[in-house]
Amino acid sequence: MELDAIFTASVFASAIRLATPYIFAALGETFAQRSGVLNLGVDGMMLMGAFTGFYAVFITQQEGTLSEPLSLLFGVLIALLVGGLMGLAMAFVSVTLKAKQGISGIGVYLFGLGLSELLFQQWVGTPKSVSGFPRITFPILTDIPVLGEIFFHHNLLVYVAFALVPISAFVLNRTTFGLMIRAVGQNPEAADAMGVSVAKVRYATTTIGGMLAGLAGASLSIALINLFQQNLTAGQGFIAVALVYFGGWRPWAVAAGAMLFSFVNALQLQIKVIGLDIPSEFAVMAPYVITIIALVFASKRQEQPTALTKPYERGE
Amino acid sequence: MIVALVLALLVASVLLLALNANPLEAYAAMWEGAAGKENATAETLVKATPILFVGIGITIAFRGGMINIGGEGQMIAGALAGVTIALILGEMRVPPELAKEKGAFDLIIVTCSLVGGFLAGALYGGLAGFLKAYFDVNEILSTIMLNQIAVQMMNFLLNGILLDPAEAGINNIPKTARLVTAAQLPRLSLPIGDPHLFARTRLHWGLIIAIVLAVIIYIFLWRTSLGYRIRAVGENQRASSYAGINVKRQMMFSMFLAGGFAGLAGVVQVLGLQYRLQTDGSPAGFTGAAGFNGIVAALFGGLNPIGAIPAAAFFGGLLVGAQKMQRELGVPASLITAVNGLIVVFVVSSEIFILQRSKRRVSLQETPDNLGSSGGKPADRASPDEGSG
Repeated sequence: MELDAIFTASVFASAIRLATPYIFAALGETFAQRSGVLNLGVDGMMLMGAFTGFYAVFITQQEGTLSEPLSLLFGVLIALLVGGLMGLAMAFVSVTLKAKQGISGIGVYLFGLGLSELLFQQWVGTPKSVSGFPRITFPILTDIPVLGEIFFHHNLLVYVAFALVPISAFVLNRTTFGLMIRAVGQNPEAADAMGVSVAKVRYATTTIGGMLAGLAGASLSIALINLFQQNLTAGQGFIAVALVYFGGWRPWAVAAGAMLFSFVNALQLQIKVIGLDIPSEFAVMAPYVITIIALVFASKRQEQPTALTKPYERGE
Repeated sequence: MIVALVLALLVASVLLLALNANPLEAYAAMWEGAAGKENATAETLVKATPILFVGIGITIAFRGGMINIGGEGQMIAGALAGVTIALILGEMRVPPELAKEKGAFDLIIVTCSLVGGFLAGALYGGLAGFLKAYFDVNEILSTIMLNQIAVQMMNFLLNGILLDPAEAGINNIPKTARLVTAAQLPRLSLPIGDPHLFARTRLHWGLIIAIVLAVIIYIFLWRTSLGYRIRAVGENQRASSYAGINVKRQMMFSMFLAGGFAGLAGVVQVLGLQYRLQTDGSPAGFTGAAGFNGIVAALFGGLNPIGAIPAAAFFGGLLVGAQKMQRELGVPASLITAVNGLIVVFVVSSEIFILQRSKRRVSLQETPDNLGSSGGKPADRASPDEGSG
């Protein structure tokens, strides 16, 4: 009886919704890592994307300069732009300046954390909400019992995130660009000898990763929660990095990991809602414990891009 | 380092200008707030103390090639263990009527809780080292997850068995009971002037403990074979392995020590400053983000425990000064978080120039090559700088 109360359709539905930012961020990180760049600044990029996207929507809606759909589109574009710029900066630091990626990523994270909070306090002040992406109601489909609620009543960004999974898999595995990414991550010397510019490919993937991280942040601030507050992501970007390891650098598996993780999260929220006698702290803790356990098992497989975190230097 | 700092301040100035604040006024306010008066200097040193403890630990970890981002969680683990020991021993050894006795000091209580705090932090850090050594779990990710777990564990305990009996039922800030005076670290003052310098401030003996330990760890890392082994593993795991060093054990050991120092940071905050463990429930509610700032200080101190001393003082000053800046100019203190991030990026980015200058010098004084690499079996991992130069 209790199980019925926990595994409701709305839990599955919210699991799908909650997976959105993880999927965006983790797919972007998959591209970066496949080419050999460990971008640990994802969370900072998410925060900046979340704030700037939110602010763009907030301002245009408040002043009525743009109609609602346009203001949301504007927010998404700004988040993509800001995330992309931060990705570009990360690429410059780790590819051109060959800085240690683990640490420089933490620096980028702190920068994004601090700057998003600073701008928020300066320009907005207190948490205010915007009208974000509305839920889409499909004819007939949304009315299907249970399945309708689970699959056919989400905002646009949820569908975009899930559509990106097969697209990412296709790009990585079936296109020349994907081949270049994998070559650069697996054997940069050989790729270089074949005339592929290691630096250019890594710049491209890290920038894509940044854009998707920015979008991931926006999916929180203008689609899922519809507000911004300091440290809105609460470390979701780091979870996204962990999901890439967990998924063995394959888009489908990464997305599956994101689903698993957000499902645990949704359950955690549901346990709180129905007032089960589990301390809420343990419920909040559970996803992190599960991530560590998942990493232990994921490490058994050795599919890591060989050149991950290693700056490329021509042996001239 | 200096270049990184100047660059970071330049970017900060641009930010300040964008926020319609005069950078010079802002920096003047920060200087005033951080060092202007006796109390300001003392507050800077108070803030610097946990940063220095964590920074020493981070230095050991980074020298050993382990990127420990878990300072926050390890601080919490240390504080939880330390406060529990101090509360229990305080009850056992001090009769209730003497609980608030002025000038009381019980070396046994203080030593036990410091050691307990060290060990708890060390085990928490060592756990990440163990997962890295035997299961190849990226220590950056595991320590970040462990941070979140520690915060929840603290919230759970502070709302439960550790909750101040006097607060039970009142829905207040989660906190433990206040420590008896005998379990507190004494205040620190210097015999200069009358009244003594810092006599009326919150400065405490934790600072001295941290400075002494910084010197000891410097000697440990550069003058003992144990320290040499840690650095050798950080420098080149494959070569260390060929030389007969147990790489896995060293990885765990450096994380154990790093966690221990963060644990000390946590317990010293309790014994020396707050006299109880309390939080607002947010991730940095207890630590004040010292676990992160310690990373910045360690890098800025050139991954040298002695260098971490002025670095910690500098970042302590930044934090205290930023609050003054916020009050006077209305610029949010979170500017400092962003500046810290920039300093980290600039310091690690400038390494390429330092590296080029000293490429021919085969010296263990340089930053470990393995820093920043993750995953892969230790033995088959090549140093990124091989094949060049």
